[in-house]
Amino acid sequence: MTLKLYPRTPSGPIEQQWSNARFEMKLVNPANKRKYKVIVIGSGLAGGAAAATLAELGYDVACFCFQDSPRRAHSIAAQGGINAAKNYQNDGDSVHRLFYDTVKGGDFRARESNVHRLAEVSVDIIDQCVAMGVPFAREYGGTLANRSFGGAQVSRTFYARGQTGQQLLLGVYAALSRQIGAGKVKMFPRTEMLDVVVDPGTGRAAGVVIRDLVTGAVTSYAAHAVILATGGYGNAFYLSTNAKGSNITATYRAYKRGAGFANPCFTQIHPTCIPVAGDYQSKLTLMSESLRNDGRVWVPKSKDDVAKHPDQIPDDARDYYLERKYPSFGNLSPRDIASRAAKDQCDEGRGVGPGGRGVYLDFRDALRRDGFDKVREKYGNLFDMYERITGENPYKVPMRIYPAVHYTMGGLWVDYHLQTTIPGLFCLGEANFSDHGANRLGASALMQGLADGYLIIPYTLGHYLAGVAAKDLADAGGAAFQAAEAGVTARLDKLVGVRGKRSVDSFHKELGHLLWESCGMARSKASLTHALDEIPRLRDEFWRDVTVLGGTGSFNQSLENAGRVADYLEFAELMCKDALVREESCGGHFRTEHQIDGEAKRDDERFCHVAVWEHAGDGNEPIRNIEPLAFENVKLATRSYK
Amino acid sequence: MTDHASAADHARTLSLKLHIWRQPDRASAGKMVTYTVADVSIHASFLEMLDILNEQLIANGEEPVAFDHDCREGICGACSLMINGRPHGGKPATMTCQLHMRIFHDGDEIWIEPWRAHAFPVIKDLCVDRSAFDHIVARGGFVTTNCGSAPDANDLLVPKDHAERAMDAAACIGCGACVAACPNGSAMLFVAAKLAHLHHLPQGQPERLHRTQAMVSAMDAAGFGNCSNHYECEAACPKEISRDVMAMLNRDYAKAAYVSRERDEPPHGSG
Repeated sequence: MTLKLYPRTPSGPIEQQWSNARFEMKLVNPANKRKYKVIVIGSGLAGGAAAATLAELGYDVACFCFQDSPRRAHSIAAQGGINAAKNYQNDGDSVHRLFYDTVKGGDFRARESNVHRLAEVSVDIIDQCVAMGVPFAREYGGTLANRSFGGAQVSRTFYARGQTGQQLLLGVYAALSRQIGAGKVKMFPRTEMLDVVVDPGTGRAAGVVIRDLVTGAVTSYAAHAVILATGGYGNAFYLSTNAKGSNITATYRAYKRGAGFANPCFTQIHPTCIPVAGDYQSKLTLMSESLRNDGRVWVPKSKDDVAKHPDQIPDDARDYYLERKYPSFGNLSPRDIASRAAKDQCDEGRGVGPGGRGVYLDFRDALRRDGFDKVREKYGNLFDMYERITGENPYKVPMRIYPAVHYTMGGLWVDYHLQTTIPGLFCLGEANFSDHGANRLGASALMQGLADGYLIIPYTLGHYLAGVAAKDLADAGGAAFQAAEAGVTARLDKLVGVRGKRSVDSFHKELGHLLWESCGMARSKASLTHALDEIPRLRDEFWRDVTVLGGTGSFNQSLENAGRVADYLEFAELMCKDALVREESCGGHFRTEHQIDGEAKRDDERFCHVAVWEHAGDGNEPIRNIEPLAFENVKLATRSYK
Repeated sequence: MTDHASAADHARTLSLKLHIWRQPDRASAGKMVTYTVADVSIHASFLEMLDILNEQLIANGEEPVAFDHDCREGICGACSLMINGRPHGGKPATMTCQLHMRIFHDGDEIWIEPWRAHAFPVIKDLCVDRSAFDHIVARGGFVTTNCGSAPDANDLLVPKDHAERAMDAAACIGCGACVAACPNGSAMLFVAAKLAHLHHLPQGQPERLHRTQAMVSAMDAAGFGNCSNHYECEAACPKEISRDVMAMLNRDYAKAAYVSRERDEPPHGSG
């Protein structure tokens, strides 16, 4: 172990840690703030909120995103909602309950202090969003509406029809646009970060190397601090609910520059997605988990019935397996549990639809109970979306769903200040590892992104900058930057120089298939060992036989994609290694060797820790470091949703 | 649309003739180029059909067709395309990424072009620069409030119907179909939707008239045309934003002009 993993957990009882920490933090004089340059990579909920809020405070902010507008970051696609411990419904919610649910839902693999802070600030997020004009759903009296959401027994989820992510992101985008208009944030759309530059003298983050995706120009930017808010790596699997452009490049480049990468094997498979229809499929579409509030999940009891029209299968021939196996949570069981249960039914040959990889999500009873209008009001846009994609009418026949890769809990290791193991390099939102342990609860990703961006980084970054002299800005023309730029340029040249026969997508599909089969919903020593043999072979083939047409000095989507896939081909190995070493089942990480009656069997003796991987140079084995986890406020217990 | 797809239907494929706009960069001239694709599943999305074409082009050593896309689930607003002369293909409430090939027939010819508008210059092939939308929003599409100063969310009561109308307008995904559909290349529906979102809510009232003026002048400065009430925008909008939002804009704009003359200064919220 060589990384110094100091989590910087504040002093005092957990309820007081965040206020203690804020009081202990140093402040930057308001007149000096504009002298500090801050770079933010990514413009989703975490990055956009950070850029806007830091600019409001007076810092000199530059924000980069690969999309053509910051409004398109993938946070936009979140459908269901955002959690907050407001207890507006008087149903027994509290900060402590949200904290408890998140720690337990994460299967005891998250850091308690971070999770508690998240639950605390959740209430402020809603206030902030409403003040900015986010059109949350309302009751007739004008108060905010709530609903319950996967894995929770209280109604603490705020929502805006089925497009909560878009409305929250538009709030962030509005705040960011205000700062752009005021000249406080310089925005660089259609750009991609290809390297982090670390000052060799101080070991601090000094800036980034950026490629302009339109002109192809490679340019260095220096800053006093760099914030990565670049989302997750679900696209390693090729098929996922992520946007096509979502990628791991920024965080993986940071890893190669010395940032520890935590728990890469913690990936989340979402139970309610539209099943794969064919090999041309380019992405999978999520059907919001909120559907599980009223939809009932079932498969035929008998294999012989799977090809029948669902109307021809009477109730006593249907297996409502979630209600049967988990009577107290039923259709609202957490994502990892619901996903594995669906896989089990299909593995038994009772799956429905093409290829037998699907289960029914049926609204028949809700339609009978509440009527068409009520169901339409709640879920109309989701039903329409389902019909557009599948050509089937879910008011008449049950939806078919199947699990798909959706979110990644792993990410760059950060301390309580959201700082990575590289001083001055911070990581927010899905890109970091901190809050969701081995499984994320529904409606918690939006909460974490906004908490990190609006309410946490403005404090912790100030504390960091207070210890850095404004005059100590790196020279973007200096040797470290020149070397990084040369490395970036050489790699781009290498990608277009291979001139092989296979397209980038064909490699990506092959990698994705391999990962889905060997490091997906169920993992075993055999499957992971197989993947670890195959990935280097595939990577070698990529660098020998990939074809990227066009040049590096212009708009070239194949080249962008090639760089991202090349990084996935390296990162996939880290993911499988992490999954292999973690010989236990927890949350989304299910090792077939470690189960009791089909349920995950954790091993707290050996694995109650965060695994933090350290790059040791290309060709060398990465080093596995450990941050032990202590559970002092939520008692370690076996999760039970029965 | 069917209630339940049959197995035979599932296997149905199409052969298509595609006429696609190719343009190497902003400065160069472009032209329509014809391609053929075969064995396209009717369940593939329109963009997946283009993926199939691009794989075919790469295999032949030809540069793939550039097109904007990201979420591929109809919400990020990145995808565009004039398909047979209609933005997003003309199917109601449907983005290009959610358009599926089952609406086409075997042997169809399809014309695919980028958005055509003065304010959206072509970057390459089917990709256009829509940053003019961002510039308009930066001039006023926000509530001026800093993080940290918000009162409790339930201190502000919003009647449900107001919240619903705000949400109807806020559903805009900024794709630009309205501009592409308009014979004048006007961005009225986009700007009006942004304004209506905030102006149906109490949070939007203090800056209402100033915001309207600022965003309308930013729209004019960006090179968008004037609205002459064709309502092609409303027909093309994949999120079905109603033209009513434009009436709201026009009322507020007239009011703002009156108030600002009266005070001889930029109005700052008497909405």
